[in-house]
Amino acid sequence: MTVTPLTGTPTPPRAARTTGSPAAADQQLDPTNVAGKYGLSPADLERFGEEMDAIRKRIVADLGEEDAAYIRNVVKTQRGFEVAGRALFYLPPAWPLAVAALSISKILDNMEIGHNVMHGQYDWMGDPGLNSRMYEWDNVCPSEQWKYSHNYIHHTFTNILGKDRDIGYGVLRMDEDQKWHPYYLGNPVYAFLLMVFFEWGVAMHDLEVENIVAGKRRISDNKALHAGIMRKVRRQALKDYVLFPALTGPLFPLTLAGNATANLVRNIWAFNIIFCGHFPAGVETFTEAESEDESRGHWYFRQLLGSANITGGKLFHLMTGNLSHQIEHHLFPDLPARRYPQVAAEVREICERYGLEYNTGRLGKQLFSVAKKICRLALPDRHAPRPGTPAASDQEEPWTRSA
Amino acid sequence: MAPTRSLTRAVLGSRTLAALTSPHGVDRYLELVNPMWAVHEVRARVVAIERETDTANPVATVTLQPTSTWAGHRAGQHVQVGLELPGSRRFTRVFTISSAASGPGERFTLTVRANDGGTVSSYLVEQARPGQVLHLSQALGDFVLPDPVPPRLVLLSGGSGITPVMAMTRTLLRSGYDGRITFLHYAQTPAHQIYADELAALAAADNGVDVHLVHTEAGGALFTPAALADVAPDWAEVDAYACGPAGLIERVQAAYADTDRLRVEYFKTPAVATGDAEGTVAFTRSGEQSANSGATLLEQAEAAGLRPEFGCRMGICFSCTARKSEGTVRNVLTGEESSLPDEDVRVCVSAPVGDCAVEL
Repeated sequence: MTVTPLTGTPTPPRAARTTGSPAAADQQLDPTNVAGKYGLSPADLERFGEEMDAIRKRIVADLGEEDAAYIRNVVKTQRGFEVAGRALFYLPPAWPLAVAALSISKILDNMEIGHNVMHGQYDWMGDPGLNSRMYEWDNVCPSEQWKYSHNYIHHTFTNILGKDRDIGYGVLRMDEDQKWHPYYLGNPVYAFLLMVFFEWGVAMHDLEVENIVAGKRRISDNKALHAGIMRKVRRQALKDYVLFPALTGPLFPLTLAGNATANLVRNIWAFNIIFCGHFPAGVETFTEAESEDESRGHWYFRQLLGSANITGGKLFHLMTGNLSHQIEHHLFPDLPARRYPQVAAEVREICERYGLEYNTGRLGKQLFSVAKKICRLALPDRHAPRPGTPAASDQEEPWTRSA
Repeated sequence: MAPTRSLTRAVLGSRTLAALTSPHGVDRYLELVNPMWAVHEVRARVVAIERETDTANPVATVTLQPTSTWAGHRAGQHVQVGLELPGSRRFTRVFTISSAASGPGERFTLTVRANDGGTVSSYLVEQARPGQVLHLSQALGDFVLPDPVPPRLVLLSGGSGITPVMAMTRTLLRSGYDGRITFLHYAQTPAHQIYADELAALAAADNGVDVHLVHTEAGGALFTPAALADVAPDWAEVDAYACGPAGLIERVQAAYADTDRLRVEYFKTPAVATGDAEGTVAFTRSGEQSANSGATLLEQAEAAGLRPEFGCRMGICFSCTARKSEGTVRNVLTGEESSLPDEDVRVCVSAPVGDCAVEL
């Protein structure tokens, strides 16, 4: 009913849904639901959830000095690259090195430090410098707004169509169940622009511009957000595009270009890693109905099937902020990210036992899969909607309403 | 030296440098070079730790060299001390400053009793070493002497509650106070007596300070108005400052019930869990209160008609984090209980165990 299932078998129509007492329904599989498609009953999901909870509990009990030393070391490394990058702009021949150092600094700051600290992964340390309520990142999006749309909306309603605004970010068509519209012919172009201006896209995410266009949100609803965004934008722009270039005197244009390039490199990298997290082929989306009042087990199940990993070495995982372990991140969003590789094998083994796909692949493979989807979904569906497909056309898809 | 130092401070504290180091701030960079360099935050290096008593709960005086950001303190004030304990968890506790008033950047001392189960206090007394760096707030609290200082004072204290009144006495004597102080202190036994030598010297000197030490487990009687009248017949007309354990403070407050001469200071101690779903939940910001139903703090707040901020309601998004000022909560996901005062908790997954106060 969402993405064509991994097995390739078409989803049975919703009409096949069993009717009966709720108690009886509990014992049966609902093939129109993702869980039913995978042959998992509510009791199975409960056991699945308990196994995930057990992993979580074990890691929480083990948190301590190694995790603290790790994140402090990453912070120290990031600050080192930052200072080195800013300093190397005084040596024009070292310009590429300066850009590289500053790019690494921004990537580390946003991904392994910012994203993870703001998830509360290190709140247990009681260090205000690493606390989710106080951390602010080197990015034009104010952390306060990002935490709402990311930690709450995206991580709670992951891949629920109509609720998780990270499915296409209100701009792209990333799922078959988003109804096609001629606007989406531009899908690849919009994706490219979003990649180049990614931090600005993230900053504007909370404004829900697509919902304003669709008439579901008023511009006045955004008033409170504007001030926060503008304050952050001013600070970021002042630093990267005025003060640091000015400090290099006659090298102003070179430094300005270098800072802009570092921001661009970070945008491209973050966009690509993040798009590999939820959009490769095989990742499931869910309906609001099947996720309503869900059990903890179903929440885990949805996080697992709604995410995809990227394989790679240690350095690669660090530079992705361990979002290369998007599956583990979505299962345990508030555990320190360095723990994800440690639990990955166990998560994968549990998935195998429950017959669940553990979606992973090399960066190239996952990127190609995402690019293919972006292009394919730009065009109308080749086949007519499957009979009885649950209300695909009723999905809350802003652009169809606005048209 | 001084001009260089003030220039450095002016540069480090400038708006330009703040803009250049945005969003993290200057201190986040300075601390990586030297933890004693700071522009806004206050930290301190432990200079010395000296035992005051060697009883079951020993007491020690810790001398601290603060960063130049320390603004100084008035006698009677306290300070929040953040200490990273083994396991990389930073705990913050409040301790009274025991030395005479300090100026900006000047050394001061804390006198700390190693409480049972008091992780920070025990660590400071028994394990901390010179050189270790602590995180501080600025001096806090209004348990201080008025300006001008009245010519006659009664200072009442029990146990480690001696610290603020000792700081007051030291400050007054240093500044040549020519009034008269009645210093009445209660300790369990002579072995429990903090500052024994200094108090003996004070008592012997001609300085206007009448020192009276009562050792309640060595034949001394508990506080009564009559005992106070014995050493200070004019007590009802004199400004009094009292600090000590709850039992003593209650007796003192009863004695002073009809006057407005008394000022008291006491600290919160970690609550002891009293079992499930008992007691009262207090929402201190709104002033609401309700009987503890055993549900999560978020649910109980909503049942009391409050509308606290929340997100996922399952403990993952940290939107609902609020400060629990007193009491014990159980994490409904892990079953773990926590009784620390002034602790941030996710109210959606925290259920109170017994009495609990949360800032909602």
